Amino acid sequence: MNANSDLWMLVLGIFTLLVVSSTIGYLLQRRLPAGQSNAAIENLNARIKAWWIMVILIGLAFLAGRVGVLLLFGFCSFAALREFITLTDTKRADHWALAAAFFVVLPLQYWLLWERQYGIFSIFIPIYAFLLMPIISVLRGDTERFLIRIAEVQWALMICVFCASHVPALLTLTIPGYEGRNVLLIAFLVIIVQLSDVLQYVWGKLFGRTKIAPSLSPSKTVEGFVGGVVSATLIGAALWWITPFTPFQAGVLALVITMMGFFGGLVMSAIKRDRGVKDWGNLIEGHGGLIDRLDSVVFSAPIFFHIVRYWWSVT
Amino acid sequence: MRRVIAKPVAAAIVVFARAITAVRAIWPNEGIPQGQCVYFANHSSHGDFILVWAVLPPSLRRRTRPVAGAEYWLKSSINRFIGRDVFDAVLIERDRDKRTRDPIEAMAEVIDSGASLILFPEGTRNQTDAQLLPFKSGLFHLASIRPDVQLVPVWINNLNRVMPKGEIVPIPLICTVTFGDAMQIEAGENKETFLDRARRALLDLSPKHPGGDQ
Repeated sequence: MNANSDLWMLVLGIFTLLVVSSTIGYLLQRRLPAGQSNAAIENLNARIKAWWIMVILIGLAFLAGRVGVLLLFGFCSFAALREFITLTDTKRADHWALAAAFFVVLPLQYWLLWERQYGIFSIFIPIYAFLLMPIISVLRGDTERFLIRIAEVQWALMICVFCASHVPALLTLTIPGYEGRNVLLIAFLVIIVQLSDVLQYVWGKLFGRTKIAPSLSPSKTVEGFVGGVVSATLIGAALWWITPFTPFQAGVLALVITMMGFFGGLVMSAIKRDRGVKDWGNLIEGHGGLIDRLDSVVFSAPIFFHIVRYWWSVT
Repeated sequence: MRRVIAKPVAAAIVVFARAITAVRAIWPNEGIPQGQCVYFANHSSHGDFILVWAVLPPSLRRRTRPVAGAEYWLKSSINRFIGRDVFDAVLIERDRDKRTRDPIEAMAEVIDSGASLILFPEGTRNQTDAQLLPFKSGLFHLASIRPDVQLVPVWINNLNRVMPKGEIVPIPLICTVTFGDAMQIEAGENKETFLDRARRALLDLSPKHPGGDQ
C-alpha cells in the first residue's frame, strides 16, 4: 500500500459523499413549492457548497506536500487569531504585543515545524510567548484590566496558533512502517472531527429531543451527541487502513477525538455567548467564521498528536 | 504618469486593507442606497475612507470622493499622490483664518458635478474614549444648501484598533462598515436639531460589544 493510492481512495470517498450531499440538498430545494424559500435548507446548501471549497483547498495543500500543509494551517491560524483578537477587549497599550503575536509568534511557530524543531516548537508559545508578551504590554505602563488583557492574548495564541499547529505537526512524527504516509494522519483527524460534527448535526435534526447544554449551545441534543459520537467512532475504526493503528485502536482514538471536539465546541460556544455574538466571523458562508469550523479540530489535535507521539512515534 | 499608476495603487491599497481587516459591509434592510449620497462616518483613522470606499460596489465607488483635510493630504509628495491622484479627495482647508476657499462651497460644487461624498462630520480624528465627538456644523451647512441630497450614516467599526494614532504596524482585526437608512434635512430644521438627529442616527449603528457585529 502506498500513501498515494490510499489518498486517492479517500478523495474518491469524500467526493462521493459531497456529490450525494449536494444531490440531497438540491432535491430538498426542489421539493419546496415554487417561489418559497426555507432558511434551514438554504443554510444546508450554503454549508455543502462551503464544504466543496474546503475539501478542494485541503486536497490542494496535500498535493503540494509539507509546504502546502504548513501554509494552509498557517493561514488558518492567522484568520482564527484575527477572529479571536477582534472579540477581545485589548487596549492601545497592547499594540506591540498584538503585532508580535501576528507577525513574530505565529510565523515562528510554523517555521519551527518546517525546521522540525520539536523541542522548542512544543514550549515556544506556552513558555516564551507566555512570558514575553506581558513584558511587551507592561512596558507601556497601562495597568487597567491588565491581567484580563494579557490572559486574553495568551489564550488566543494558545488556541489559534499553538493548538492549531498540532495538526500539521503530525507530519513530523516518525512511525516505523508508516514512513511517507503521515499526511493520512491529518486526513484521519480532520475527517473524524468534521464528520462527527456533521453527524451530530444530522442525528440531532432527525431524532433530537433532549437538549444537552441549553445555556451554551441550544441546538445540541443528547440524541445528536450519542448518535454522532457512536457513528464517528465506528467510521474511525473502519478507516484503520489509512492509519498505523489496528481497527480497535483507530476506534478508541476516534472516540477521544470526537469527545475532545464536542467539548471544544462547547468551550468556544461559551466564549461566543460571553461576547454576545452568534458566530466568530463570516469567512465561510453558511458556517460563520473560521473558528466555528475549527473549534473542535483545535481541541482534539494536540491530544491526538501526543497520544500518537507517545505510543507510536520513535521521535 | 501619475494618472497611470494611480489606478493600480488604488487597487493595491484596497487589497491590502481587505487582507488586514477582512472588511465587510452591512447594508440596511432596504438594500444599498442608490443615487447620489453624502456618506457621513465616524472618524478615528486615516484609513477610514479607504474602508468605506473598499466596500462600495464598483459602480458607486467610481463616483464617490472622500472629503479630507488639505493640511494632511498636501503635507508630502506621497500624501499628495495618494490623496489627490489615487483617491481623488476633495481637499478642504480647515484653518478658518488662512483658508482661501469656503469648504462648503467646494463640497457643493462636487455634488453639483454628480459625485457622492464621504464626509467625517466630527471634523477631526477621534482619539478620545468617547464613541463619537460632537459634530462640526459642516454637514448642516452642506445639507442646507443642497437639501435634496441623501445623507447616509456609516459606522466604521474597529479600524481605530487596527491602527491607533502614532502606530506604524497595523494589527489584523475584522472590521465592519455599517450603512444606515438615508436621511434628509427637514424644511426649517435648525442646526442643533439636525446635527443631533444625524449624530444619533450614526450612533445607532455602533456595536454594543467590542468588535462585535452589533
